[in-house]
Amino acid sequence: MRSKRRRQPPINSATLQNRYDRRSIVLGGLGAGIGTLLAVRMGYIAIAENEKYRVEAESNRVNLTLIPPRRGWILDRNGAPLASNRADFRVDIIPERTPNPDKTVETLGEILGYEPARIQDLKDAMEGARGFQPVEVGTGLDFEQFAAISVRLPDLPGVVPQRGFTRYYPTGPSVGHLIGYVGPASAEEYELDKNPLLITPGYKIGKDGLEKQFEQELRGEPGARRVEVTASGRIVRDLDTRSDVQGDPVRLSIDGPLQDYAARRIGLESGSVVVMDCNTGELLCMASMPSFDPNSFSDGIGRVEYSMLRDDERVPLRNKVLKGLYPPGSTVKPMVSMALMGQGIDPEEKVFCGGGLRVGNRVFGCWNRRGHGAVDMAKAIYQSCDVYFYAMAQRVGMDPIAAMARRCGMGQEFPLPVVSQFYGTVPDPQWKMRKYDREWQAFDTVNATIGQGYMLANPLQLAVMASRIATGQQVMPNLLLGGKNPAFEKFRFPSDQKDYIRQAMSDVVNGPGTAGRGRLPFDDIKIAGKTGTAQVVSLSKSDGRSGPWKYRDHGLFIFFAPFDNPKYAGAVVIEHGGGSGAAYPIARDVMTFMFDPQKGMDALRGLETQWGGNAEERLARKYAAYAQAAGEEVLPLPKRDEEIFASVDAEARAEAQRAVAEAADAAINRSQNVDASTVGGAE
Amino acid sequence: MNGIIPAPIARQPWGMLIPLFVLVAFGAAVLYSAAGGNFKPFASSHLLRFAVFLFMASIMVLFNRDFVRFMAYPVYGLVLLLLMAVEAMGAMGGGSQRWLELGFLRLQPSELMKPAIVLALAHFYSSLPGAMVQSWRALVPAGMLIGAPMALVLLQPDLGTSLAIAFGGAVVMFLAGLPMRWFVAGGAAAAVAVPLAYFFALKEYQQRRVTTFLDPESDPLGSGYHITQSKIAIGSGGFSGKGFNEGSQSHLNYLPEPHTDFVFATMAEEWGLLGGLLVLLIFGLILRWGLGVAKASNDRFAKLLAAGMVATIFFYVCINLMMVMGLAPVVGIPLPFMSHGGSSMMTNMICIGTLMMVNRWNRSIRGGLIST
Repeated sequence: MRSKRRRQPPINSATLQNRYDRRSIVLGGLGAGIGTLLAVRMGYIAIAENEKYRVEAESNRVNLTLIPPRRGWILDRNGAPLASNRADFRVDIIPERTPNPDKTVETLGEILGYEPARIQDLKDAMEGARGFQPVEVGTGLDFEQFAAISVRLPDLPGVVPQRGFTRYYPTGPSVGHLIGYVGPASAEEYELDKNPLLITPGYKIGKDGLEKQFEQELRGEPGARRVEVTASGRIVRDLDTRSDVQGDPVRLSIDGPLQDYAARRIGLESGSVVVMDCNTGELLCMASMPSFDPNSFSDGIGRVEYSMLRDDERVPLRNKVLKGLYPPGSTVKPMVSMALMGQGIDPEEKVFCGGGLRVGNRVFGCWNRRGHGAVDMAKAIYQSCDVYFYAMAQRVGMDPIAAMARRCGMGQEFPLPVVSQFYGTVPDPQWKMRKYDREWQAFDTVNATIGQGYMLANPLQLAVMASRIATGQQVMPNLLLGGKNPAFEKFRFPSDQKDYIRQAMSDVVNGPGTAGRGRLPFDDIKIAGKTGTAQVVSLSKSDGRSGPWKYRDHGLFIFFAPFDNPKYAGAVVIEHGGGSGAAYPIARDVMTFMFDPQKGMDALRGLETQWGGNAEERLARKYAAYAQAAGEEVLPLPKRDEEIFASVDAEARAEAQRAVAEAADAAINRSQNVDASTVGGAE
Repeated sequence: MNGIIPAPIARQPWGMLIPLFVLVAFGAAVLYSAAGGNFKPFASSHLLRFAVFLFMASIMVLFNRDFVRFMAYPVYGLVLLLLMAVEAMGAMGGGSQRWLELGFLRLQPSELMKPAIVLALAHFYSSLPGAMVQSWRALVPAGMLIGAPMALVLLQPDLGTSLAIAFGGAVVMFLAGLPMRWFVAGGAAAAVAVPLAYFFALKEYQQRRVTTFLDPESDPLGSGYHITQSKIAIGSGGFSGKGFNEGSQSHLNYLPEPHTDFVFATMAEEWGLLGGLLVLLIFGLILRWGLGVAKASNDRFAKLLAAGMVATIFFYVCINLMMVMGLAPVVGIPLPFMSHGGSSMMTNMICIGTLMMVNRWNRSIRGGLIST
């Protein structure tokens, strides 16, 4: 039919009418088809995919925000907080919701009155962060700032101002190394633990120390708030709220006031104080100074602050209690004496000290060049005579001494909840062969018996050594307040030997010993101890007492008190203090504070006036001065939190590996009798 | 009809008007909800405009056929001049402009061109001798009539409206009986031209609309946002919707343009599939009535005019609904009688008025009356 019509050239109105009819039916049919298609399509979207789109509409409408849980407190042994929380206003940015990060940061910086370096820090942080990870802009805002940001929110997409809690460390720098600090989780940390809490603005995880170790206990359970929001993020109304569950407290064996006192007492020096209960092993104090202020670290570490701490030769970033390794010097002598007695040496046997002893083809000097004359074991301890030990140690050899050193805790890593600890070296012939592939020589024994040469220990180990010598038990240090008193394995020392050592150590302080000014200001409580001076560089470089700070000798002191019924034991190490004279007065004051806080504080106040304020005040002033001097030419922070301490730790390791002097050379013990000395330092 | 109702009222095409009133009222309800439960600013002006344009349509009904035929080219020419004026004003103002400010409404000449092109072509083909329908003389003048306004509207640039003009024109040409092979060839040419146009003629934002239509998830926060949110609104409505005034997508501003281009999504969220089917049904009724009017006419001019008007309304409905359901790119075409907007209401009411006018002509002829 169609072909027929095509061949008919004349077209009249009837054909056109016909065509119209046919084509309008086609069009009408097409239209109806499209209408049906639309109906089907709508049915598909609204019925078949209804579930999916309902969920999407709901997730549009409802914004679930996690309320960061309040972190558990860290308490001292008496229940006083070493780390608590403080309610405040804070503001964060979520980078992926911010179209123009630089401008937003600048606007915020302007509102909050930040200096350019801090704004630059924020920009760096924005760049480094994963998009969904909030970057903290500020905490502790006052209400005006908070309100100013809140009203400008429509112009500041991705900015989250909120009420929250910040970590607060009442004693600041005193607990810096012990407790650590908190900070926003890094990308790597989120990678390890995909908890959405970690990317909630305002939530911080433990970054160092106990905060990191007890992260799971302290964390708690986040609360949640469901709010209805508009497309631009304005909150229309609250739907429901579940409050958070605060994290569990962690109760430490640390005595907060004592920790603070010890940290402050270290003063301008660089060093550490460890005090422990020598019956239970509970650590009462682990102060390491100078330190950082965990309060300001938890607010975000500024580049100026970091740079200041990094450049400080007193290494405020190193926890010296656990990661400071020092030659223990003469503090090992009581331990060596026990080894000697264990090998059958009669303590009454005398050695003549003429100021030195020939070992091989070298003369090893005693610190007292004039010599001590006839020296028995007690005198060798309280006068710290080196020659006695040179002679006796050669007689028994290194092995029993090394064994005793290990039993006393040297070279031991303790099962403590700490991020890391360096455990030093107890050298013996096998060790030297393994390490250097060289034979053990007599001079190695000689050096080791006076705590020099290869021997290295950290202050915690020294404190443990003091405890074990004082009690004759295998005391293990403990940082948590446990319910039960642990039963430690006993050394099988005859009690007369133990008493002999105790008496000799008491004589160091209370008798004719090397720490005469270490006496406690009590009639009934006597402290026993042993001084030590550790050489840092060879004699040709420095005499150890003057000259560049870096070359001065370390001052050490181990102690326990009361000497006749030991309750507390500890160690003080002052880096480059110029000798033990820098260390034992600190031990004296710390123990004074232990038994009579008022007396202890009186002593400290006088000193702090001289030093210009307590540790926190001095740190703040130093920061101000440093920031002023440095201006904006400060290197940025390391990108990873771990690196903040890692470089310092690496240096410490390297330093500890380097022998003070060639092994063949005599390392001279220069323990000073304080009565005869002109030792500088903190006395 | 029975005797109780007066003849002038009974005469009206209630089969179309009642669904239309229902649709406009429904549209007002949706706009009421889109304004967050307020008559102002959308619903009240929507109803007011409908009333005004319904009055205008009822005036149009009174025009007689010869007058309309006589006015066809002058009207077309006037609207073309207005288009040029808008273009010139835009050029002088240093930017693109689409409307003339008339106080109570912003007049978009491009909107007026949609019925005007249908009118002009209906007149052109009804006066063209039947024998010439197969020749170039049927094509070239018509092509120029369509091409000139299309070009002007494309310059604005407004792809959607220029396509609407082309569609209206093409439907009239198709129904006028032009040889089928020309349409096949035209379709083939379009198939070649579309990719070329995509790469050379479209502005970047228009290109993005096309690419995101093909894959809305590629840019969920950018141009794909419209389609995604619209589908969420429709899909989350389900069978019977979330309830009047309960739509979260529109009330919380997730849905863009909830009162204009995406009014159907706003409706579907609150009224569900049932509401959607009602809207489709009403459009079906109106358009079928329109086609019936065209079919019933014995006059070629009236037939083409009526069918062209139906096509114009159909194009709006079809493209808008395909757009909100993710079947077509976002082109910015409102939904007739539901979307808030004066120009589209005016255009669509002109189409309705024209259909009612043709409807009256049909009855007049049957009744033996030549004129009014």
